[in-house]
Amino acid sequence: MSDGQVATTPMIQVRNLYKTYRAGDVDVHALQGASLDVARGEFVAIVGASGSGKSTLFNILGTLTPPTSGTVTIDGRDLSNLTNTERTELRKHTVGFVFQKYNLLPTLTAEDNIRMVQYIGARRGDRQDKGGKGLEFTPEFTEILEVLGIADRMRHKPRALSGGQQQRVAIARALVNGPAILLADEPTGNLDSKNSAAVLGLLRDLNKRLGQTILMITHDREAAEYAGRSIQMLDGQVV
Amino acid sequence: MILTLVGVSYGTLDGTAQRARGVGADLMIRPPGSAIIGLSTAPMSDELIAFVASQPHVALATGTAIQPLSGFDSITGLDIDAFSRMSGGFHFLEGGPFQNDQDMLVDEYYAREKHLHVGDQVKLANHVWRIAGIFESGKLARMCVRLSVLQSSMGNEHRLSQIYVKTDSPGQIPTVLRDLRAKMPTYQIYSMEEFTSLLSINSVGLLRNFIGVVIGVAVIVGFIVVFMAMYTAVLERTREIGILKAVGASGWLILDLLFRETLLLSVVGTVVGILLTYGTQWLMKHAVPSSLTQETVYLWWPIAGGVAIVGALLGVVVPAIKAVRQDATEALSYE
Repeated sequence: MSDGQVATTPMIQVRNLYKTYRAGDVDVHALQGASLDVARGEFVAIVGASGSGKSTLFNILGTLTPPTSGTVTIDGRDLSNLTNTERTELRKHTVGFVFQKYNLLPTLTAEDNIRMVQYIGARRGDRQDKGGKGLEFTPEFTEILEVLGIADRMRHKPRALSGGQQQRVAIARALVNGPAILLADEPTGNLDSKNSAAVLGLLRDLNKRLGQTILMITHDREAAEYAGRSIQMLDGQVV
Repeated sequence: MILTLVGVSYGTLDGTAQRARGVGADLMIRPPGSAIIGLSTAPMSDELIAFVASQPHVALATGTAIQPLSGFDSITGLDIDAFSRMSGGFHFLEGGPFQNDQDMLVDEYYAREKHLHVGDQVKLANHVWRIAGIFESGKLARMCVRLSVLQSSMGNEHRLSQIYVKTDSPGQIPTVLRDLRAKMPTYQIYSMEEFTSLLSINSVGLLRNFIGVVIGVAVIVGFIVVFMAMYTAVLERTREIGILKAVGASGWLILDLLFRETLLLSVVGTVVGILLTYGTQWLMKHAVPSSLTQETVYLWWPIAGGVAIVGALLGVVVPAIKAVRQDATEALSYE
């Protein structure tokens, strides 16, 4: 499904979202009534300057931190009433993360980084049956690996990979369990222009060819142009 | 640490038992109130030898005096003629029996450790001794001098530390033992078989307590080391734990990983520890062969492993809980 064939039920629905946290003696109002919809199969870029609240929104959508008030619905599930266990389950199966600093485990190879997330996402019975080693990649994921072009780098550890290659591994890792949404926080923030273009092109390909819903946080307007739609954030609100 | 100290304890006791067996006696008489192992002086009258020798079925009786030195060392005074009749005599590797009152006989391990040869002089217990002979180890003691000379030197003339008894037939040992116990009720009288079997850690209260303290210290040290190591590891891996949480790892999975890692480390540590005991064994054998003997005590391998694993698992509890409670967003921004 391409971004031109958007389903009617939003994959992400955010309504009147507030987040206040304490930094020393000061209350910081990171989000002040933000609302937005992202449709299934859409590639959306959230653009804003530093301090606009986009990273806070990323953390709330990824269930890494709870909102102060407001509602967030992902794939039809209201995040406000989720227990810790349910939030963990959501991160396993519904949301995939791509971070600015790649966040690959340095002691594992590229393949093991991906397999570890596959192992975490696998059902307990599958893990025990196959000891986490026999879990096979699905044909869909194999296709993703081909799109990402990292098949020949899977045996290398992160230190032996370029920034662009590490970010592709991070994208593969985020998609291994077939999440409904891919959340990318400044995915090109640590890359040079050539690698940035390559990674952004890959994200667009994944969206167009596989219908992957992607929400990308960026402060870079050029990067945002790769998305099907851009949303501007300013002072904790969507403008 | 545990295995080395237990090995030394076993080695020392077994060495003592082996030397006691080497005397060739069937029975042993020790002073009233004496412990199984002890560096006693000489409280028994040497008139007892004649009394014991006159008992039915006693073929031979001889006494020794022991002067404790520093550490584990002691000098044993003996009547070499009687001792030779009882044991078959020393097998000399160098030199021979006493020639005069200043002569000392030492065993091969003591000679090797102190680099002694026949004719060398050695000052011990305010006395200068001449090495007259070096004998094969395993009989009575490591350092022997004439009984009368040692008694005089100790100011304990006509006094003995222990008496060895040989019966005219092994079948008479129980009879002689029973008779002697009846006639000398306050004395510690053992058959050699009984005496050597009592040379165990459980029979020597001091060693038992010592090993208990060592195990306690090992558990505490293990706990502190693992606690610090895992606490540091958790701090160093703050970001990695954040990544695991972000990709859906539950608290139980993180606990499971840390506990499994600790278990593996403690098992590997135990194996390395066991291998290191062979190193200390070799070192003692070559550096201090007469003072310390270390045995490999297989029975203690699982005990030491258990202590290591329990100490390690106790040490990882707090760091593991800290890891589970870490906030994922803070962990991910940790540099």
